[in-house]
Amino acid sequence: MSPGHAFRSLAGISRRELLRLIGQKGRLSAAIVRPLVWLAIFAAGFRAVLGLSIIPPYETYILYEVYIVPGLAAMMLLFHGMQSSLSMVYDREMGSMRVLLTAPLPRWWLLASRLLASTVAVIPLVYVFLLMARLWDVRAPTLGYAAALPALILAGLMLGAFGLALSSLIRQLENFAGVMNFVIFPVFFASSALYPLWRLEEVGPLLAAAAAANPFTYAVELIRFALYLRFEPTAAIVCAVAFAGFLALSVVGYDPGRGFWARRAIE
Amino acid sequence: MGGCGGAVTALQVQGLSHAFGARKALAQVSFTVESGSFTVLLGPNGAGKTTLVSLVTGLYYARQGEIRVFGHSFREDPLRALANLGVVFQTPTLDLDLTVAENLAYHGALHNLSRREALARARAELERLGAADRISDKVRSLSGGLRRRVEIARALLHRPKLFVIDEATAGLDVAGRQNLLASVRELCRAGTSVLWATHMLDEVEGDDPLIVLHGGTVRWTGPARRLAPATAFAQTFLEITGERA
Repeated sequence: MSPGHAFRSLAGISRRELLRLIGQKGRLSAAIVRPLVWLAIFAAGFRAVLGLSIIPPYETYILYEVYIVPGLAAMMLLFHGMQSSLSMVYDREMGSMRVLLTAPLPRWWLLASRLLASTVAVIPLVYVFLLMARLWDVRAPTLGYAAALPALILAGLMLGAFGLALSSLIRQLENFAGVMNFVIFPVFFASSALYPLWRLEEVGPLLAAAAAANPFTYAVELIRFALYLRFEPTAAIVCAVAFAGFLALSVVGYDPGRGFWARRAIE
Repeated sequence: MGGCGGAVTALQVQGLSHAFGARKALAQVSFTVESGSFTVLLGPNGAGKTTLVSLVTGLYYARQGEIRVFGHSFREDPLRALANLGVVFQTPTLDLDLTVAENLAYHGALHNLSRREALARARAELERLGAADRISDKVRSLSGGLRRRVEIARALLHRPKLFVIDEATAGLDVAGRQNLLASVRELCRAGTSVLWATHMLDEVEGDDPLIVLHGGTVRWTGPARRLAPATAFAQTFLEITGERA
């Protein structure tokens, strides 16, 4: 694979992802509205119930809305990753996946390109949400928005790779509802997106342990710290390692000799 | 005309077997497609044609047997093998929500063509296939026959040396089938090797190299006219596939 071929294929895949996303108006608006609903309704209701002590990266007491915004940004990445995995399953059922998989490029590169393209496509939406959150007085330092970019990309890649690995296991489009119930919601709720870990420890050690072991927690914290101009090395390492692991699983899942295609061939 | 010249082997399949669980889909399949030939892979539904195409295009992994495209083994050098292949699958594979141009440009990018080059080639191919006026339309708005032509244009964009087509005429009306077949035969005359998988007897011409597949095994290979005279072709085919009318 020459560098030129690699770049052209990445550009082509990115363009297709972007065109598909722009063409799905409902998905675009839902991606923005979903976290805003959480911010406007859920956070407003809970701010009176939940008291938050001073925890890093915050240097003072904060409103619940301020706490929840990085978690909601990560939620956008999580849902987008799952939507992308849904479109992979759709592409597989509709046949268009064959075009990708019969291209003369290594399969790992094709999958990584699709993942990168999908992640880059969602980042502007996250920024739209972060800017709209300012209407609720959730204002990170100006430089924090720039510092959050690499954190959003790494978190997006990790969650996208998670979706990609899942898509290699899902055989039919209809099974995706099950994935929503059994994967997305536990991943989101058993994390530090809505409540800090110390609060979860008060509720139950098992839930706290699940949240501490959940890579999504580290995606949330990576974004949270970056927004306030702090670097969280543990979160960055966990996200990077989880990304590599999920991508490796995806490559195996889409390997014609081992993964979905091979299972399809022997069933 | 089935043969358009050329001495190099475009596709060599040797001892290929494949199973779906306990059921064998292909057993010890061997054949060759000579360079520049229009070779017909003929078999009734369920004969194993689509499985064979999936193996030949690398979608399935060939655990047993060898596949070479212009000498490049799928096992040892799959990317070179794929670079020489253009494929139209039985299942439509266009992105319905993108335009014809975007579908073709996407394919071009995967095959290392610049966007400008891909679109120029797309226009030329679509012109040849009589679909150039629909280049800016969304695929969803095209008829089945036009979609097939767009798929053919797309598969030829990177100028493959071997063109594999699986049941491309399924679902088309008589005129659509004849036009499509004529377009692909024209390609062969221009030098592209073709493997045309079908169950339609009337798509076979006397000079075509023929591979009859049934029950996952090759039942007959050779020029079609040697199998039987045209008048008795259908009867002979039904006899060797055990499906008497």
